[in-house]
Amino acid sequence: MRQDRIIRFILMLVAFSAIAGLALIAFFIFKEGVPLIFQVGWRDFFLSSEWHPSEGLFGVFAMIMGTLMVTAGAMLIGGVFGLSLAIVMTQFSGPRLAGALKPVIELLAGIPSVVYGFIGVKTIVPLIRDHLGGPGLSVLACSIVLGVMVLPTVASISIDAFRAVPRSFWEGSLALGATRWQTTCMVMLKAARSGLVAAVILGMGRAVGETMAVIMVAGNSLAIPDSILAPVRTLTSNIALEMGYASGLHRKALFAAGVTLFVIIMILNTAAITLSSNRARAKGGAK
Amino acid sequence: MIPTRKTAALPSGTALAACVLLLFSGCGRREGHAVNVMGSTSVQPFAELVSEEYIRLHPDKRVEVQGGGSTAGIQALASGLAEIGMCSRSLKPQEASDAVPLTIARDALAIVVHRSNPISDLSIQQLREVFAGRVADWKDVGGKPGPVRVITREEGSGTREAFTQLVMAKARISDRALTQESNGCVRELVEGDRASIGYMSLGLVGDAVKPVRVDDITPTHENVLNNSYKLVRPFLFVTNERTGPQAREFIDFILSDKGQSILEEEGLVRAR
Repeated sequence: MRQDRIIRFILMLVAFSAIAGLALIAFFIFKEGVPLIFQVGWRDFFLSSEWHPSEGLFGVFAMIMGTLMVTAGAMLIGGVFGLSLAIVMTQFSGPRLAGALKPVIELLAGIPSVVYGFIGVKTIVPLIRDHLGGPGLSVLACSIVLGVMVLPTVASISIDAFRAVPRSFWEGSLALGATRWQTTCMVMLKAARSGLVAAVILGMGRAVGETMAVIMVAGNSLAIPDSILAPVRTLTSNIALEMGYASGLHRKALFAAGVTLFVIIMILNTAAITLSSNRARAKGGAK
Repeated sequence: MIPTRKTAALPSGTALAACVLLLFSGCGRREGHAVNVMGSTSVQPFAELVSEEYIRLHPDKRVEVQGGGSTAGIQALASGLAEIGMCSRSLKPQEASDAVPLTIARDALAIVVHRSNPISDLSIQQLREVFAGRVADWKDVGGKPGPVRVITREEGSGTREAFTQLVMAKARISDRALTQESNGCVRELVEGDRASIGYMSLGLVGDAVKPVRVDDITPTHENVLNNSYKLVRPFLFVTNERTGPQAREFIDFILSDKGQSILEEEGLVRAR
């Protein structure tokens, strides 16, 4: 009994230290960043694209737009491929193919982001530059690289969502004479919908936060991209590019960019948690 | 189950202890006689080369060279983290209170284009127009028609600040410029993109890209030495009163004939 209590106490301590870590990080980012947002005025911070730290101009609008564009592109690619992969693995393949695909997806998730970035710079960027025009370092290159990076996240969570649908749904649909594709479209996709949305949102969280690969393939120019072949700078790459050199207000402005990112990711995560808890409730109701 | 866990815990425990030991030994060495040199990533590779030679000649000495950027180097000097700060631009007024700059070498900024680009000469005026984004087509500066893609360095980089001081005057670098985070990245990009133009340290240009003449002057050693090439910046070692005798010995070495000729072999220009 006493041993139990001690172990419980130690484990609680560990659990709370993780929470305390998060709280501390949030506290410091906000403490460093928020005053600057008020100092330059929230309009000049969020709604201006003039980022010239040496002149005291800190507008992150272009980078927010950049982050959103790149993320949307990544989700288009990663979402479509990830979802298709999940459908193939759960609906259209026997256990042998699914068993072969699963470790491949896991391996894909384990490749470090700098390797993705390097492959992007060495292969995708020259291809875009030579065949589609523009500098190659672009929204498109970034979306492709990020799309491949979020694919494992989207695929594996979608697979879980499909697996969580009661087998009787699938059997019932087939018994009524529906083909496999009809079953997938009309029954499985609908039944697993909230889980699939959560998969996409968690993938999005990864895309928003990715830095290294983005710096390498995005081109990092300050203007709002006017086409998918134009270069782009995201909030994360801006912080990573400039933090080594930043001091004073500039450093605070990078923290403020971090605050912006923090808020964007909080919104996405809250959405994901809400959706997946809806799913749990719906499942509970079905039983 | 339990024995396996124990054996797994043992090596990780040892590893942790080793890490802690390493950490302390690192501290001890620094307090002993390692000279910490920190700052500009442009100066870093050259300082490393000289420090290797210095340690080879004096095996009892220790010099540790780290990057971080010019501004970070001066901050590290002020906070006592480093005894010598490396800086690849002139000091700013607010930085120079108790920091003493010492030119260890000079470096030219080369303007580089793709090897196939017929442009071989640009004036400073033209450079300013190109980098400000006001020249969108190579034919406007006498080249083959086609878009111009400007490559710059990130805000805060010593190379960028030197370029801004020397070329841009009051103009801003275009916000469409591609931003790369090192000399190597700029060279890599210019090497692969026919439409691009960038600036980088002359010592690192190599054969992969083509340096252009600026105001009719070819960027070479001789032209920097005789002061005819204009895009030149100082490489500084910055010290303050906390800089110790060990660090000063290293500075003396880098300023000696031996040290200077190492820097010269690597493409820099002598301090004097």
